[in-house]
Amino acid sequence: MILAPEQEIQWIAAVTAAACALPGVFLVLRRMALMSDAISHSILLGIVLAFFATGNIASPLLIAAAAATGVLTVTLVELLHRTRRVKEDAAIGLVFPALFSIGVILISRYAGNVHLDVDAVLLGELAFAPFNRYSWGGVDLGPRTLWVMGAILLLNAAFIGAFFKELKLTTFDAALAGALGFAPGALHYAFMTLVSITAVGAFDAVGSVLVVALMIAPPAAAYLITDRLPRMMALSVVIGVASALAGYWMSYLLDVSIAGSMATCTGVAFLLAFLFAPERGVLAVARRRARQRWEFAQAILTIHLLDHEGSPQAAEESRERHLHEHLRWAPDFARVVVRRAEGAGLLTRTGEHLALTDEGRASARETMAGV
Amino acid sequence: MDLFTDYTLRTVALGAAALGLTSGALGSFAVLRKQSLLGDAISHAALPGIALAFLLTGSKATPVLVAGAAVAGWVGTLAVMKITSATRVKEDSALGIVLSVFFGFGLVLLTFVQKRPDASQAGLDRFLFGQAATLLHRDVLLISGLGAMALLGAALFWKEFKLLAFDPDYGASLGFPMRAVDVILTTLLVVSIVIGLQTVGVVLMSAMVVAPAAAARQWTDRMGRMVAVAGLFGAMAGVSGAVLSSLTEHLPTGPTIVLCLSGLVVLSILFAPNRGVLWESVRDRRNRSRLHMDAVLGNLDDLARHHADPQHGHGAAVLEAMHPGAHRELREMEAQGWARRTGNDEWAITPAGRGEAARRAGLRGEDER
Repeated sequence: MILAPEQEIQWIAAVTAAACALPGVFLVLRRMALMSDAISHSILLGIVLAFFATGNIASPLLIAAAAATGVLTVTLVELLHRTRRVKEDAAIGLVFPALFSIGVILISRYAGNVHLDVDAVLLGELAFAPFNRYSWGGVDLGPRTLWVMGAILLLNAAFIGAFFKELKLTTFDAALAGALGFAPGALHYAFMTLVSITAVGAFDAVGSVLVVALMIAPPAAAYLITDRLPRMMALSVVIGVASALAGYWMSYLLDVSIAGSMATCTGVAFLLAFLFAPERGVLAVARRRARQRWEFAQAILTIHLLDHEGSPQAAEESRERHLHEHLRWAPDFARVVVRRAEGAGLLTRTGEHLALTDEGRASARETMAGV
Repeated sequence: MDLFTDYTLRTVALGAAALGLTSGALGSFAVLRKQSLLGDAISHAALPGIALAFLLTGSKATPVLVAGAAVAGWVGTLAVMKITSATRVKEDSALGIVLSVFFGFGLVLLTFVQKRPDASQAGLDRFLFGQAATLLHRDVLLISGLGAMALLGAALFWKEFKLLAFDPDYGASLGFPMRAVDVILTTLLVVSIVIGLQTVGVVLMSAMVVAPAAAARQWTDRMGRMVAVAGLFGAMAGVSGAVLSSLTEHLPTGPTIVLCLSGLVVLSILFAPNRGVLWESVRDRRNRSRLHMDAVLGNLDDLARHHADPQHGHGAAVLEAMHPGAHRELREMEAQGWARRTGNDEWAITPAGRGEAARRAGLRGEDER
């Protein structure tokens, strides 16, 4: 199968997005989203050091060294936090800028004229990925990045599949997991190693900041759509891949940064979920609140009428105009509530006088019994 | 010295000092409120604002770009607040989304800008990692002016900000509009961040907010002093980093300043009086050895009391059994004249030792009361 470079780029983008979304789900749920930010920055130092050691930008040692730096970041953050001198968020904010700075300084001082520059690190060079190929026995096997990200995707899927129960338990109830004899610490470090490896692979394709976009935005969007973990994982992958492909086409049409467009599209995907998610989206919540407001007002109205039914003041209390006085409703609001209650068959209106129907009486009693 | 004669160097140093002072002081509030990483989101979110400001005005003038950065940074912060308040997405995810998506959008705009014939790179790249050497005299005036305004704002709202940092609920119960106070503080934080972008860059500006405050926190327990020390640390690191990078080729400013700050943080955490980790371990050791000595001296005293002859020697093995490692304390007691050897590894307490044991028991009794 021969793919055009554009198709190869899309495959790489899609596979990278899927590989990032899987561990991203657990980062979001464990409230460790910003560790992806820290790791994706500080792995630069590992890449630079391994590059100086091997002189080869394609060496597999780079991935190993970078992943080790990622784990080092996690360890340093915990170490700093455990001194009880700084809070955890501050610890993150102290560690990664330092490691990243060392990396940037090393690059600008000693690697000025080799294929390793700061822009590529930050921004990624997806457009060049098809030029860097694997071949075996003279047969072209396709772009290297695609193989690397494919392997990382499989690794992530295998790890999460194998330790799904443990990950789920430590994510939702770490104390119970510890009490049951799981080793949350060991699993935590194994998982962070996985995040580091994923970040290193993706780093090459989309750059460090955009690794964060692919790891966090699709799972956060999925988190607003579903309550079930397996469904959230599947949705994250779908959203991630769709954003990556949409981002590719956006960059193609506007001739702008591929990685930047992909990140923008993950943001658009999150915005859509933020607004339109069926139950937790902002619009759904607003609609529910509005509906509840009317339902509550109708319930109050029926109870009010039931309360005074048959009493000497009934004629006075059941006048629409008096709702304003007794329930402190604005006249317009009262009119709408009355019309709605009438439409729902809860009361009948003769002139100004309101009378409950049987249905309205039953509804009022039901509401009071519920309270 | 160069610093006082070289015009460029002086400009750079002044600019870096002003921005370090501002971001260090304002960062103290962010760190105390556990919002250390808000600065990261704000500075990344500023990037599209810089590009948009250029696209809309065609001007590369620093005030225009800084204004764009401030608006975008502010919008980014509002987005974080809105996401966390309106949905169940937590703050860490909201920060991650805002910083990466805004930054990505900024890259899109930057690559778009670079295609324009009049762009000539537009010099916008300097905002990624910062180039102190590009600071002009009027840039420094702008930085200092905005920084002074931010600091003045912090002084004006000092009491309100303090309430916000330590007990916002109490503040609300006193009738302060805490949401408005939050917005004002965040606005000042945005100002203190955008004035540093040209020198430090969007990627590392967050460290200017977190590190001086984290270091200053170790030196004092008082808010006012912490803000002052953080400002001082920020200014020190800013000047040393900016000057170093201006004097050395291929030494980007942002990373250099960050490493100076990291050094200050490490020194503070290790050596600051009281809170320093080193002093704590010294204190721990001293306490531990005092407790050991209390135990062994007390044991020997008890043995002597229960024996007809107070001068009778007791086998060290007995004391070892009562308190493992007692030999070290016994030798120390001998040196102090509180105990003496009466035979082969047998020990007796001296009158001085009994006095000391009584004194220590008295101190403990006082502690207990």
